[in-house]
Amino acid sequence: MSATQGHPTEAVTKTRPPEQSRWDRAFREITTGNAIISVLAVVLALLVGAVMIAFTNKDVQAASGYFFSRPTDLLGAIWNAVAGAYSALFQGSVYNFRRPSFAAGIKPLTETLTFATPLIMAGLGVALGFRVGMFNIGGRGQMLIAAALGGWVGFAVDLPYGLHMVAALVAGILGGALWGGIVGLLKARTGAHEVITTIMLNYVAFYLVSYLLRDGFLKTPGSNNPKSPATQATAVFPDLLGPTYSLHFGFILAIVATIFTWWLLSRSNLGFQFRAVGLNPHAARVAGISVKRIYVYAMLLSGGLIGLAGINQVLGTTTSGFGAGLDSGIGFDAITVALLGRSKPWGVFAAGILFGAFKAGGFSMQAAEGVPIDIVLVVQSLIVLFIAAPPLVRAIFRLPAAGTTRRALPNVTQEVAAK
Amino acid sequence: MSEVPHDLQHMSKRDNFRSLLNRIDHMKLELRGITKKFGALVANDHIDLTVEAGEIHALLGENGAGKSTLMNVLYGLYRAEEGEILLDDKPQHFAGPGDAMAAGIGMVHQHFMLIPVFTVAENVMLGHEETRAGGRLDLAAARTHVREISDRFGFDVDPDALVENLPVGVQQRVEIIKALSRDAKVLVFDEPTAVLTPQETDELMAIMRQLKANGTSIVFITHKLREVREVADRITVIRLGKVVGEASPTATNVELASLMVGRAVDLTVDKGPAVPGEAALSVKNLTVLDPHGQILVNNVSFDVHKGEILAIAGVQGNGQTELTEALMGLQQRVSGEITLDGKSLRGHSVRQVLDAGVGFVPEDRNEDGLVGEFTIAENLMLDRSNAKPFVKRWNVQRSALADFARAKVKEFDVRSQGIETPVGRLSGGNQQKVVLARELSRDLRLFVAAQPTRGLDVGSVEFVHERIVATRDAGTPVIVISTELDEVAALADRILVMYRGRIIGIVPGDTPRAVLGLMMAGEAPAGEGAAA
Repeated sequence: MSATQGHPTEAVTKTRPPEQSRWDRAFREITTGNAIISVLAVVLALLVGAVMIAFTNKDVQAASGYFFSRPTDLLGAIWNAVAGAYSALFQGSVYNFRRPSFAAGIKPLTETLTFATPLIMAGLGVALGFRVGMFNIGGRGQMLIAAALGGWVGFAVDLPYGLHMVAALVAGILGGALWGGIVGLLKARTGAHEVITTIMLNYVAFYLVSYLLRDGFLKTPGSNNPKSPATQATAVFPDLLGPTYSLHFGFILAIVATIFTWWLLSRSNLGFQFRAVGLNPHAARVAGISVKRIYVYAMLLSGGLIGLAGINQVLGTTTSGFGAGLDSGIGFDAITVALLGRSKPWGVFAAGILFGAFKAGGFSMQAAEGVPIDIVLVVQSLIVLFIAAPPLVRAIFRLPAAGTTRRALPNVTQEVAAK
Repeated sequence: MSEVPHDLQHMSKRDNFRSLLNRIDHMKLELRGITKKFGALVANDHIDLTVEAGEIHALLGENGAGKSTLMNVLYGLYRAEEGEILLDDKPQHFAGPGDAMAAGIGMVHQHFMLIPVFTVAENVMLGHEETRAGGRLDLAAARTHVREISDRFGFDVDPDALVENLPVGVQQRVEIIKALSRDAKVLVFDEPTAVLTPQETDELMAIMRQLKANGTSIVFITHKLREVREVADRITVIRLGKVVGEASPTATNVELASLMVGRAVDLTVDKGPAVPGEAALSVKNLTVLDPHGQILVNNVSFDVHKGEILAIAGVQGNGQTELTEALMGLQQRVSGEITLDGKSLRGHSVRQVLDAGVGFVPEDRNEDGLVGEFTIAENLMLDRSNAKPFVKRWNVQRSALADFARAKVKEFDVRSQGIETPVGRLSGGNQQKVVLARELSRDLRLFVAAQPTRGLDVGSVEFVHERIVATRDAGTPVIVISTELDEVAALADRILVMYRGRIIGIVPGDTPRAVLGLMMAGEAPAGEGAAA
């Protein structure tokens, strides 16, 4: 057995011809790299965020003026600023210790989950695209079309309770799938790059929905506001924990969507084909997989998941009617969530909750400590930055290089061997 | 070829004199006790290697023996845990390829490090561009430089040609010029013939001899025995990271091969006479066009019978690839007729062709045959991802797949840590075994293997050839496409030679090499029509 076994060095360095371009490899590493990088990226981003909080804090600025006479003042001020900000972030997103009862104290967590719901759904859609090797930036457009179709069913059609909700849900998912499917079809038929077509379809969707809200079938009768009528009560998602909490049935759907995507990617044969095409479309084609068809299916499903996020907003979060700004950046935040979650369904789920926490906690951080909410955006952006530059994170934490755990090991064995 | 040495003697005297002035002189390379570990794996274990000035030293070993690791240590890409590198008896410390280059070591990589859209001169100057006043590139100087080296060695390279328009063999010469233009005194060739046609290989051998005559020391990394015996002055064989012996070029193939794999090797395939049955595959007037309307395969007709191996020989790029792709449904613009057991296959999708019972080993297994990041098990179901036995009602049957994979790994002797090992981590030979295991585990009516042993070590070649013959003996018609005459001679019952998209002739399997060589160069065999 030992004759020719276990010589991965040459296998790694030599039998990997430049079959895929550097960009393909970088894309894959950024979208599907390992979880440790994600966690460390968050830690790093919070550390850099702490530095910024300290710099922008008035007490810190004041104490730095007499640093050499009383250095402890500065350190104390920094500690107060950073600890205050991050504890406000925590209390605003997980548990508020200042509230009298557990029921009131836990409310921030339910807010976090409500914010997380559409991020998870749309994040799953983007992640699915990543796994097939496609960059779906069209979250905004897909959410808007989903909201338009599903929302219309929600306010204009009369159906019994429950059935109405299902109908609106299905219409929304189909809307997103349609908008994504166009992209898949264009790519399969003409080779048009999905990055360009999704961005352009974002504009088409935005102005189309804006028009429909002003003059079309989404217009509220007798109102000049470009806003749709409120969703009928028969279609609104039920509350999960009663009316005091905003958490609604959408969160259950997010869990279902996560399980579905997990099953799809790691257990189903369609997911197998998705991954094969994403990793090596040439080999997939030679093995009889229709790569073009897979592109279409993948974009249909990706758009459908993002559409779920869109309809979730209309039926769950802003049931009083929606405008063209409905997606409020979720379509783009979903890209970050998918990256942070490494395009793995449960990773996306966790990343979605973290970003939900940032959204929920950001407000209370601003309210309680006067820390600008922009710091949260800075932290979010830094996370993406660190994820997109894994070698940087690796260098900071002295992690081994991607794919090989061997590279770093010689450093260890050097001392052993040198004895 | 025979006049080259005369020429060279004459030339080398003159050039030796000139080289003294040009400070290009001989250099001796010595590696002492090089040890390189990757974790628990010892890739190089106290390797000693001395390359005397002006000699061609072959480094022979199977894939994974540690040849490339050693050369990467020499080139400053890896740092050895132990050992030292000496040039002319002076210890060297290379922190990176830049240091190695400055010290006079040049490397011709297996995969060329050239920019396709740049000209030869631009590629050669890349990295040490000479500039004139104002930072303008001195392209003229680079051009002269290229022409000088090209003329000196008879390379026949046009400095203004775009690299992407050059044949592979010429691109390799550009790499050599690049190394020489940086005053390389030791040239390392890493598997240089893997991408070359037989003719280009011969030309490269001549170039190596010429470089040697000019005083350049050469390290020639390979696993091809014939080439080693032809060109090397000394041979060092390494196996499992250790030097297992030195040999002289007079050693026989069998001796060298046994040293390489550590056991006796049978280089001839154990193959009984073919028992051809009825014609199974029939190709009539097949023509393949590229998207621009260029003819790639020109009106080709042939039959393959049950229980025979038809080898398609020819220099790379004469339509063999496109012919197989047309058979597999991978080409768009195909006319003519392809029938398998009486049923037409033309215009069918790859899926339909596979379902009709065609097994296919693509010529580039990394690009077309395997998904490197997938596990062995996943790769084994790649072509059956939509049907039984591995898929039921949308679900991948994981336990059935695992059982299947374990059985196949055993049957095909795939050396790995287990069926969950990503295929990209396997050696080339083991990767090819995975492809074979997959393709041969369906009920086949036709088996098509393109370059089935390209880049494989001796032990794996033996294994692959045995499986191909066994497939034939089971009564399946087999097509083997190969540019290696050794392989064609070992396997073929009949040989079809292609040249410029046409069939030059179909000849018996025992046709002498000289005749095949002429046919591959476009000369029809005497007394036969062009398309038999």
